[in-house]
Amino acid sequence: MVVQFLDIAIGGLLTGGIYALIAVGFGLQYGVARVLNIAHGEFIMLGAYCTWTLFTSAGVTPLVSMLLCAPFFFAIGFVIYRIYYTPLRTSSGSATVFEGNSMLASFGLLFVVQNLALIIWGSPVKGYSYLAFPVQLSGAVFSANRIVTLIASVILGSAFYVFLVSTRTGKAIRAAAQDPDAAKLMGVRINRVLALCFGFGAMMAGLGGLLLSMTSIMLSPVMGMQYTLIAIIVVVLGGLGNIKGSFIGGFILGLVGYIVSSSQPGLSMVAYYVIFLILLLVRPTGLLGK
Amino acid sequence: MINSRGKWSSPIALILLLLLLVALPAYGPSEYTVILITNILMYVVLTVSWAIFSGPTGYISLAPAAFFGVGVYASAILSSDLPLAMVVPIGGAASFILAYLVGSLTLRLRGMYFTMFTFGLVELVRNSVHWWEVNISGTVGRLIISADNTTVFYAMVATFLAALLASYLIKRSRFGLALRSIGESEEAAAHSGVNVNRVKVVMFAVSAFFMGATGATMSMRWTYIDPTLAFNIQFSFMPVLMAIFGGMGHLYAPITGATIVSLLEEFLTTKFPYYYMFLFGLTMLVVILFMPYGLEGTIEKWRKKIKAGLRSSHETT
Repeated sequence: MVVQFLDIAIGGLLTGGIYALIAVGFGLQYGVARVLNIAHGEFIMLGAYCTWTLFTSAGVTPLVSMLLCAPFFFAIGFVIYRIYYTPLRTSSGSATVFEGNSMLASFGLLFVVQNLALIIWGSPVKGYSYLAFPVQLSGAVFSANRIVTLIASVILGSAFYVFLVSTRTGKAIRAAAQDPDAAKLMGVRINRVLALCFGFGAMMAGLGGLLLSMTSIMLSPVMGMQYTLIAIIVVVLGGLGNIKGSFIGGFILGLVGYIVSSSQPGLSMVAYYVIFLILLLVRPTGLLGK
Repeated sequence: MINSRGKWSSPIALILLLLLLVALPAYGPSEYTVILITNILMYVVLTVSWAIFSGPTGYISLAPAAFFGVGVYASAILSSDLPLAMVVPIGGAASFILAYLVGSLTLRLRGMYFTMFTFGLVELVRNSVHWWEVNISGTVGRLIISADNTTVFYAMVATFLAALLASYLIKRSRFGLALRSIGESEEAAAHSGVNVNRVKVVMFAVSAFFMGATGATMSMRWTYIDPTLAFNIQFSFMPVLMAIFGGMGHLYAPITGATIVSLLEEFLTTKFPYYYMFLFGLTMLVVILFMPYGLEGTIEKWRKKIKAGLRSSHETT
């Protein structure tokens, strides 16, 4: 009984780490850069495929390719925001119009990225095996790669938290999250900060995809959408722009997913959604919200 | 003079359009033409019915695919026992009920939270139906006894007419006014005696009715359906894109938007099957950046410019 309970708890935690990481990225893009990025999952998919390519054709191990993927995805996000969303923000006028337009634009982005992936990698599913040896944790057995993904997500999340709290750029990001116009008046280079946030969001999606691909899941160009949905739910659970909340939300979702999918695999998405619904109705500001 | 002409031009254009549509099969067009026009009409109905609720209120719903799919499934289950004329309204009614339930739970969410919710609703319904089919019905897909193309075409024209009429009447009614005032300011609307929640829920459900009816009609054209086909997320964002592209102020705007975009889709899928999504996404990005108020907005802007030009030339003389 105790072992079974621990098995579920640890299994949930292991899945939840990645969920938390991708949700932090999503929250950053929506909370600060004001883009409800429906294409977030596509960057996760892209991260997974890049890792697969580097590993299978160049022999670069996933943990090493992190060093390559992080700047790469950051740059993609930053550039996309600068060349597309910054002009859109100017032409939209008000913040609410921009929110609607940027959300729709991210649908366009979703199409473009997904189709590119389809052209480059084709539709048959792909996968690889890395660090797949079993590890015993308090009686239950897990594969090593899942434990690595949890550690990596926690390190990345905490590093970003420290960055937000203790650097000048972090302070600018927090100011922009509260009120972009006021931040601009205080001398924050607002367009640069918003683009930075979008870049960091894309980076976390890319790294999330990288970690996800390590856990021997099957990669396909259409895998992204479900992770976008998970990110949305975790963000609502944890509260927008709250890193600690995102981790708590991610772990909760991981736990629920683990419990439900061990009895009814087809219903895990439905279970996530029911949690989402209850939470939106009871506490729309998130579990830790005021 | 100009005003009175403007007032009658759109009803006359619509009646002409309808006559053309009704007479179309008599001219013996190719099967392809009938199917293409049915397809365009499907998107037009989805767009017009989406604009009934989301246009005036500004609540961006990404749920059309859920309501469309419910219609498809209603039709798949019933079409062997009931005639088409009954299946279509029942498909609509099923979506109406779902939208009413979902709406009364979630329409107090504002802005993007509502959008996120409707986005997930499609996945929820799709996953639930999939689970049900696999575990209870013991199958993933269903075979449908399909109707011939001309019958489906006429059913779609009828749905189109009903949606248009509903959209027109709602716009002129107290409900339309209430919806617009909600879009302007929800608090002000509530203070002026609008039962905000009831209006939102009922209108959300009415718009879902036509999406369900469209799904029920379209499923007759297919011989096989499964949850992935019926709840394809494309049925959610195509209407949104079409409404944004066309505009939502006048009745003609979503119709034009849907027609142009679905023709574009048809053109891209046949000419560039491998790059279709890429080109489509790119078009979407360009349209949103350069025409944030759609075709209609661009037309209005030009009209105003010309008017202002005329006025200033009058003043100087």
